[in-house]
Amino acid sequence: MHVICFIKQVMDPETPTASFKIDSATNAVAPVQGVAPVVNGFDENAVEAALRLKEDHDVTITVISLGKNLVLDVIKKPLSMGADELILLQDDAFEDGDAYSIGYALAMAVKKVGDFDLIICGRQASDTDRGQVALAVAENLGLPAITMAKRVEVKDGKVVVERVRTDGSEIVEAPLPALVTVSNELGEPRYPTLRGIMQAGRKSPTVWTAADIGADPAKLGANGRVVSLSKLFIPEVEGECELIEGENDADAGRKLALKLREAKLI
Amino acid sequence: MADNRGVLVFGEVKDGALTGLAREGVALGLQLAGEAGGQVTAIVIGPDAEAQAKELIASGAQKVYTFESADLADYQPDAYLQVLLKAVETANPKVIVLGQTDTGKDLAPKLAFRLKSSLSMDCVDVTLEDGKLVATKPVYGGNAQGIYESDADLHAVTLRAKAVEALEPDGSRLGEIVALDAPIDESAVRVRVVEVKRQEAEGIRLEDASVVVSGGRGFGGPEPFEQLEELAKVLGGAVGASRAVCDAGWLDHSYQVGLTGKTVTPDLYIAVAISGASQHMAGCSGSKNIVSINKDKDSNIFKESRFGVVGSWEEVLPAFIEMVKELRGS
Ligand SMILES: Cc1cc2nc3c(=O)[nH]c(=O)nc-3n(C[C@H](O)[C@H](O)[C@H](O)COP(=O)(O)OP(=O)(O)OC[C@H]3O[C@@H](n4cnc5c(N)ncnc54)[C@H](O)[C@@H]3O)c2cc1C
Ligand SMILES: Nc1ncnc2c1ncn2[C@@H]1O[C@H](COP(=O)(O)O)[C@@H](O)[C@H]1O
Repeated sequence: MHVICFIKQVMDPETPTASFKIDSATNAVAPVQGVAPVVNGFDENAVEAALRLKEDHDVTITVISLGKNLVLDVIKKPLSMGADELILLQDDAFEDGDAYSIGYALAMAVKKVGDFDLIICGRQASDTDRGQVALAVAENLGLPAITMAKRVEVKDGKVVVERVRTDGSEIVEAPLPALVTVSNELGEPRYPTLRGIMQAGRKSPTVWTAADIGADPAKLGANGRVVSLSKLFIPEVEGECELIEGENDADAGRKLALKLREAKLI
Repeated sequence: MADNRGVLVFGEVKDGALTGLAREGVALGLQLAGEAGGQVTAIVIGPDAEAQAKELIASGAQKVYTFESADLADYQPDAYLQVLLKAVETANPKVIVLGQTDTGKDLAPKLAFRLKSSLSMDCVDVTLEDGKLVATKPVYGGNAQGIYESDADLHAVTLRAKAVEALEPDGSRLGEIVALDAPIDESAVRVRVVEVKRQEAEGIRLEDASVVVSGGRGFGGPEPFEQLEELAKVLGGAVGASRAVCDAGWLDHSYQVGLTGKTVTPDLYIAVAISGASQHMAGCSGSKNIVSINKDKDSNIFKESRFGVVGSWEEVLPAFIEMVKELRGS
């Protein structure tokens, strides 16, 4: 079975709120000194889902990532977790896209890869918080798609997914080939083993440009987008916190209750 | 798609009841209708579509398409997609509005990419300016917001819960109800939901509660949540948690408040031992009053709180609960 995973390099989402700044000249987030980028968390969950399929099936995993300024040590993490191959899509023509143009480029890369049974990727990128690109790929390739998986199994030519709902879950099925997006409820991605890290160290990623995947330049990046960002800003947080003090912590707790009563909140 | 006008709202039904977001979607539709030209039409799917259509009209919809089907009481991705495509074809709208719900998150992109419309999701603000859609949505886990624009002919948006206020239902509002003729092509159904596992906590639903008491990683384990349960009971509220708590397995993920959990907008949100990461605040910053207990005075949660105590929950919380009980006479 051949599984393709999409991963995106993002700014570390745990970057403290206080150091999060926007460069209004470029309408982008200003890089934070000393904070390295990471693989989007949900995409690591997706790689984990693919690796778990190895328990019952003979699985080869190809990972694809589109982006600029990729840090090799970061983007190779899926290889050290146990994925087999890494393809990087790198070309200025891919830049400044929306879900349509990124989805198109990823779909063209999948076509070039050729045969596959399943695409697994993250439910959303932690920078865009968008949750669209995967479904754009599915539409491009005519694949059935299931979102928000917490469990992914393959049996009898079908993918069987337990899909997260806010009030529980549901079991969803689709025939292969299919696309599945994964949520963090799937469970922690495994840590790379020492052997995995050494194997990954010996592998170098394949790099494809727009021409390599036979993409129509009119559909790529800024040319192909339907939606564009006009402004990025940090929302203002109003209000001032009144800190309640007491003789000790317990006393402060009692005073807090009195304060809430006074403010008619309880 | 030329000459498309008006707004089509997905009148989502969950567990047999019209969702709040369906009514909020109609309210957004009415705001956009001036610019979009034409009227606000809704589409309802399920066994009681007719009754829910009346509710949508009472909430401001001018026309409602119904697709009565006992088989489609719960979400079925491909069948719902087919019905919505038919509704779009029939209503020929300028904007399609869905809610950012379990269903909306899955359905909106499938619909939009099929229709080649613009797509903006999890919007907190949506306007139309000379046919151009302008949508504001949180990005970077809520640390920032982006304003996105599109000149497409057709737009699809999903709306975040409570971003727009629904109209007070009024039974005297008039509207037309039309059964939609949309035979499902079974051969095109590939994605099927075969089982739904509901894991609803007992008591008041987190999303509906007027008081929410949430605990975080600083609790160190599941046991302290018993105190929060007690507090929630006294206040007639519900218990929530940060993702750290749910990921650690101390509580089920249905308790999670935040960007990837539930959005809550209670009158009172009490956060104990929660640091207030942007992804958590994304789910609770719409609360009227946030009150926090945290031992770190520099913790981000205090920036969005009205009242706070800097102290350890081990000391503060039991005394707080005792006093609340005394004040409430319970
Ligand atoms: C894509 C993405 C989506 C996410 N979605 C969500 C989401 O939906 N919801 C969510 O909550 N998080 C979400 N997160 C995670 C989020 O970034 C934070 O990691 C998480 O909210 C932290 O939880 P916490 O505040 O409980 O833990 P911490 O950040 O570890 O904070 C614990 C707090 O407890 C305090 N504390 C410790 N001991 C005590 C004590 N004895 N007394 C009092 N206070 C004490 C500490 O001072 C600290 O402030 C998401 C992250 C990503 C990347
Ligand atoms: N540049 C990219 N390279 C590879 N995969 C991507 C890229 N952008 C998005 N994806 C995939 O699509 C998912 C959803 O992204 P988004 O629609 O931006 O939230 C991510 O979790 C990734 O799996």
